[in-house]
Amino acid sequence: MLRIVVCVKAVPDPKEASKIRIDPVTRTLARCDVPLVINPLDKNAMEAALQLKEQLGARITVLSMGPPPAGNIVRECLALGADEGILLCDQAFGGADAYATAYTLAKGIEKIGSYDLVFCGMASSDSGTEWVGPEIATFLEMPVVTRVKEIVECDGEWWKVKASLEDGYRLVQVKLPALFTVTRGLNTPRTLSFSGIVKARDREIIQWGIDELGVAEESMGLKGSPTIVSKMTNRESKRKVEIIAGTREEKAERLIQKLADAGVI
Amino acid sequence: MIDFTFTEEQEMFRKAAREFAETQVAPKVPEMEEAGKVNDEVVKALGEAEMMALTIPEEYGGLGLGYVARLIALEEISRVSVATAMMLQIFGLGIEPIIRFGNEEQKRRYLPGLAKGERLATVAVTEATGGSDPKSGRTSYKRDGDDYIINGRKCFITNSHIADTVTVLAKDEEDPEVFTAFIVEKGMEGFRPSHEEHKVGMRGCNTGELVFEHCRVPRENLLGEEGKGMRVAMAAIGEVGRGGMVGCALGLQAACLEASLKFANERILYGKPISNLQTIQNKLAEMRIDLEAGRLLGYRAAAMQDRGMRSSNEFAVAKYFTTEAAQKGAKTAVDIHGGYGCLEEYPVSRYYRDSIVLGPSAGTSDIMKVIIARWVLKPFRK
Repeated sequence: MLRIVVCVKAVPDPKEASKIRIDPVTRTLARCDVPLVINPLDKNAMEAALQLKEQLGARITVLSMGPPPAGNIVRECLALGADEGILLCDQAFGGADAYATAYTLAKGIEKIGSYDLVFCGMASSDSGTEWVGPEIATFLEMPVVTRVKEIVECDGEWWKVKASLEDGYRLVQVKLPALFTVTRGLNTPRTLSFSGIVKARDREIIQWGIDELGVAEESMGLKGSPTIVSKMTNRESKRKVEIIAGTREEKAERLIQKLADAGVI
Repeated sequence: MIDFTFTEEQEMFRKAAREFAETQVAPKVPEMEEAGKVNDEVVKALGEAEMMALTIPEEYGGLGLGYVARLIALEEISRVSVATAMMLQIFGLGIEPIIRFGNEEQKRRYLPGLAKGERLATVAVTEATGGSDPKSGRTSYKRDGDDYIINGRKCFITNSHIADTVTVLAKDEEDPEVFTAFIVEKGMEGFRPSHEEHKVGMRGCNTGELVFEHCRVPRENLLGEEGKGMRVAMAAIGEVGRGGMVGCALGLQAACLEASLKFANERILYGKPISNLQTIQNKLAEMRIDLEAGRLLGYRAAAMQDRGMRSSNEFAVAKYFTTEAAQKGAKTAVDIHGGYGCLEEYPVSRYYRDSIVLGPSAGTSDIMKVIIARWVLKPFRK
């Protein structure tokens, strides 16, 4: 049976984006008052795993790193159909950049032991670096295919997937175990069901901290993060209305010119 | 200290219901409004999302989650489509008499199919001669060997044309004081839906008439004891019927507030959003106050119901308050939108139409006051 690990991240609800502020001292996102949800693209990763489970049979382990409230999103994944949920939770993991996050998740996957596939969302809605997936694969010394938009062949050791490019796609043949980061186009994530929630009610969420992972504190969290955020600003957006006059043709021409001047086209 | 917070699981139910409503119901709303008909795909989706199974005990294929969970689901669905929530609330109302008064055989026969949405339910009490005064109904039954023969007409029946299983209240032909409840099934000889109403609001749910012409009902379809039908009908309507309307009203209140907040922050007048104007702020504040108060009333009554306490009076208070507040909120939302509130492109015009239908459903506000007055005066009556 396939063993799949799905990495999920708790992010501030993108629908409440206007409430997210930047903490001027820590230069990180001030997440309080904004509910945490599963990173939207991680839902596609979860859906891909669930579809493979239905198609081929698989055991799905959900892995997340975050503070205790992130346990809710792990439970949500159990409600969606994951078999096991693990939260990597420790003060020492706080303030991690993409590199330290990937390192911690890789250590978690190592501890899980056997795995054929690791799924990650292509990017997170709150930082959007697209680095974590490839970095996990690097730490685990396994092949990675980024931006997977279709799984073409999924039998045997060698799988074939389509990976999005800006103006097309790559057809990639890859040997398992492998890591895929997935795009929104891969599938339509299913919604939570009431019976799924009931079934996940008493399921244990395994918590692993620094001791369980057996790692040095210096390589985790803020201490293990090579990234230094020197500045973060809120982007102000203002509406500007301009009425373009003239005949239909003139208006179109002037509009095109204005868009070109603004660098939009 | 009373805990007024939802559990983590209840919050997850809300999330699930909201996701369902926004992805499965919302895209169908324009079609429902245009056609003025029930959307089959929405009904199917409700079944697949286990929305009909919420209150049905697990041993009969349901989820056994109770009435707070039901209220959460109805509120979230109504926030997107009051018509769909109304349809679902009446499925629940049709299921309730079988849960409460059905014998083991009836529960095994009907509930699993109803839980899956393979069968749809409703209740038929109201007649042209009376809804809130069910004793004035004229639909009658008489014994005929092992069967019963029902004759009469029921009106204002939600789900009339889509229901497969109908709990019908009828009076004894020989004794007008004696009422009995029956389970009538689609396809039974002499039973048919007739006229379909065209309502001002909630266009996506079906309301109409049911006709019984020498409708033969076998003895095993008698629901509860013969002669105790009024209890069957009232127990279901008093708690599940009123509770369901609270869910529909709360969802509409929330939708009105959301739409108003969005518009008030986008609409520029005197060089700034109208949400900066105190007169608009007052309206928004009132809508929020009504929503907070309505939720407290409604969820408290539902929590009582989950504990097995009698809650029909508390639901009467909540039904009165929330449906009145929804009607007021819908009018306020239209007012905030000004001329745009009169256009069908803006959802508030639909909210306004839908709010009208909330009032009389499961008893008008005036009838709720009659019930509440009876409740408060009870200690003084001998």
